[in-house]
Amino acid sequence: MNFQGYRRPDGKGGTRNFVLVIPSVGCSQGVAQAIARGLKGVIYLPNILGCGQMGEDHRLVKKTLVGFGTNPNVFGVLIVGNGCEQLSPTEIADGIVTTGKRIEVIVIQEVGGTRKTIALGKRVVKEMRDAAVTLDREPIHLSELILGTECGGSDYTSGLASNPAVGVACDMLVAEGGTIILSETPELIGAEHILAKRARTPEMGKQILNAVAWWEQMAIAAGHNIRESNPAPGNIAGGITTLEEKSLGCIYKAGSSPLDEVITYASHPTKRGLVFMDTPAHDIEQLTGMVAGGAQVVLFTTGRGTPSGSPIAPVIKITGNRNTYLTMRDNTDIDVSRILKGREAIQSAGKRIFEEVISVASGKVTKAEKVGQRDFCIFKMNMNI
Amino acid sequence: MESKTRAIVINEKDNVATALRPLHAGTPVSVEIKGCVEKIKLRSDIPMGHKFALKDMEEGEAVIKYGEPIGQSTVRIIQGEHVHVHNVVSQPRGGSR
Repeated sequence: MNFQGYRRPDGKGGTRNFVLVIPSVGCSQGVAQAIARGLKGVIYLPNILGCGQMGEDHRLVKKTLVGFGTNPNVFGVLIVGNGCEQLSPTEIADGIVTTGKRIEVIVIQEVGGTRKTIALGKRVVKEMRDAAVTLDREPIHLSELILGTECGGSDYTSGLASNPAVGVACDMLVAEGGTIILSETPELIGAEHILAKRARTPEMGKQILNAVAWWEQMAIAAGHNIRESNPAPGNIAGGITTLEEKSLGCIYKAGSSPLDEVITYASHPTKRGLVFMDTPAHDIEQLTGMVAGGAQVVLFTTGRGTPSGSPIAPVIKITGNRNTYLTMRDNTDIDVSRILKGREAIQSAGKRIFEEVISVASGKVTKAEKVGQRDFCIFKMNMNI
Repeated sequence: MESKTRAIVINEKDNVATALRPLHAGTPVSVEIKGCVEKIKLRSDIPMGHKFALKDMEEGEAVIKYGEPIGQSTVRIIQGEHVHVHNVVSQPRGGSR
């Protein structure tokens, strides 16, 4: 099966066709925002990092910004630097250049201040956008699609309706040769051995166990034992018996395929099928990591409701809570609450979600896009200096 | 219609169902497994969101939900019985615990 997408010079398929303005550092963020302001099809990344960062954090910011630039949903990129930052704009450009897409770099200190840089930047992105709009959508096979999965603001309906239904949709995409990203490592705790058993190789299984152990140790070092405080008394009163059960409710949204690869934050999958990305459970850091890893569409389940969206990837919200669907209608795309009334089978709700993925990949606008939710947050471990 | 709305089986491998509303002991509840409707007579009251056994389980048997083991029974569990912290614990495993 195909979706209607934008073919990029590197052969990848985009579901959107944005010109992206990337500030390489917090100092150029305001100028980047002003460049994109009022221009349809031009998006800026609200990046406030890129300077004064230590070790791994510096590397993660570069990797994430490069990942957004290389994401197939982006037609061309303008990188705006200040001139003296730790992460140089040309380093970011060098990371994106292999995609063959249009890249321009401008530096505030060289151009000569805010006003001149905004004026020059606007000229550059307008020209890119004029080229972008001449591109037509064409059939692209679903095996080219990377679908991110996420849950946030979960309630009792998540494990019973929205996650199982999304799981069905994920299995359908894997059957078409597509790729699913499962992430939020801390939420695997208690069921990591079950997911590890689904790994194609013992090494991959060990990577899952190690990733969970790392997060668990970090939490313990900060004074919080996730395993011992879960399931919480409220979970048990609600019917959750063990931590395995709680975590499986979260894992189940990625379906039941064997695990094909384990990757680090913001890395690109090199295999198709089910891929696990090691990310925090923080909704926006997780979402940002998956989109930087190449996800062109994201499925996001919620119980209590969530407004989140990504700057460049459409995010489809699914809830099993009828009340949330009604009260947060401008944020929520799909209502699967009929599963809990026995009026819709999980399988049929999953099929509806799969069809929505194809429609959205082909251009249908999601609620998060309609209301302008463009959330962005890069995972970091240390303070800035 | 009414009988279909009271409990859900998430994966066809599961040996427990989840109550979608408070259910009472002695009531027969219909659940759908692989497209077939099966009637289970409840042995205990089941609060909403809680699980009951779809079949008899021996002591130490894996309790399956989402098609995966969520724990094991600590006593023999009869079909239709409440399955929760009083008769299920996490499966023992070496390593990270």
